[in-house]
Amino acid sequence: MYNAKYIWPGIVIFIVLFSMPFWMNTGQEQYTRPQLALPAGEKECVEPAEWMRANHMQLLNTWRDMALREEQRVYVSSSGKQWEVSLQNTCMKCHSNYVEFCDKCHVSNSVSPYCWDCHVLPKGNQ
Amino acid sequence: MFISLVAVIVLGAIAWMGGATPGLQYLFGIVLPMIAVVVFLAGFIWRIMDWAKSPVPFSIPTTGGQQRSLDWIKPARLDSPYTKTGTVGRMLLEVLLFRSLFRNTKAELRNGPRLVYWSSKWLWLFALLFHYCFLVVFIRHFRFFLDPVPVAIGMMETVDGIMQIGVPRLFMSGVILFGALLFLLMRRLCDQKLRYISLPNDYFPLLLLIGLVGSGLCLRYIGKADIATIKEMTMGIATLSPHIPALPISPLFYVHLGFLSTLLIVFPFSKLMHMGGIFLSPTRNLPNNTRAVHHTNPWNPPKTYRTYAEYENDFRDLMDEAGLPLEITPEQAAAKE
Repeated sequence: MYNAKYIWPGIVIFIVLFSMPFWMNTGQEQYTRPQLALPAGEKECVEPAEWMRANHMQLLNTWRDMALREEQRVYVSSSGKQWEVSLQNTCMKCHSNYVEFCDKCHVSNSVSPYCWDCHVLPKGNQ
Repeated sequence: MFISLVAVIVLGAIAWMGGATPGLQYLFGIVLPMIAVVVFLAGFIWRIMDWAKSPVPFSIPTTGGQQRSLDWIKPARLDSPYTKTGTVGRMLLEVLLFRSLFRNTKAELRNGPRLVYWSSKWLWLFALLFHYCFLVVFIRHFRFFLDPVPVAIGMMETVDGIMQIGVPRLFMSGVILFGALLFLLMRRLCDQKLRYISLPNDYFPLLLLIGLVGSGLCLRYIGKADIATIKEMTMGIATLSPHIPALPISPLFYVHLGFLSTLLIVFPFSKLMHMGGIFLSPTRNLPNNTRAVHHTNPWNPPKTYRTYAEYENDFRDLMDEAGLPLEITPEQAAAKE
């Protein structure tokens, strides 16, 4: 092999960089999905939980537009049920625990929504 | 073009079916990506070793400027480097800023007819945008493979999404990446000369990347996927304890993963290997000092020399007899002994 003194460091750097997820996670305990504090009394969300998991941010955006820009305060869900379009009175009536609900997945997946640039940060169930 | 397009669509369709069939999810979601990672790493090293074992018979740096000559002639230190520092500088500019694409001189016949030479910067600009946005997107994806997510990645996301458009926030890098890829494809399709020399192995990586980036953008902005579940799966792969999460994942994610796996498998055996190859190009990594330093062809056998002194020793008497001039006469030779 020619130029071995350049080739070997190059290959080592390449392997170290590209196998980063594998070696950086060694010695850590098994990753588990964040456990959320689900609302105690309520069983039904605005839309089905499976849809909400992926699309809640879109719903929040739509609700903001409906409430603040179109003055529409009634949302009819896919099941036909009517909900009041309000972050404080509808969403946060059940999901009041910010740290144990919103933050869990957001922190784990490095999501930093800018909701709280304007809204008052919910302080839990107190 | 069409072979590549069909190939990419078929690959995407297979991955979709794999993701939609519960029995095949383990194969497409875990086995295939892990094989792809191994093939990528092993194939990459194999290609590098293959190049490292190949001798460079001649010193063949491409030059774009005045070679080092007399003291009063100004040499082009970067375009025709003659020192190691100059060569390293040239390599850095090439790898980080794509300097040779910046030149890209074109000759064109304009109305008149008039021959016009000009430097086309479009390829350079979009190639640069593509590569750097791809790097940013690649690094951003580490949030799915590391826990806790490093602060640097969060900062990167803040800058990338600084426009605060929509929810989830629009990351500029992803959109620019997609746009640059479309430009690079349209460049091949619209320029007659370029279309003539384009082969399926030029189109395939482009279309595959368009598929990969397109499916990624879809997963984030259009047909949203539940990233908490996806992280559960990717972390399983990263910690080598893979499992398919209990909650469902959209088949589109399997398409994204399928394209990625294909890219990783194809990478070492395609033109994409320019990622490693650029460092091993003799036209770039050799200094242009051929008039000062002898470049030895490594495959030449060791030279056997026969000096004039040896020659004269063998034929001294005969040469003396023929009256040829000698450095050491037979008498002197006899006296030495």
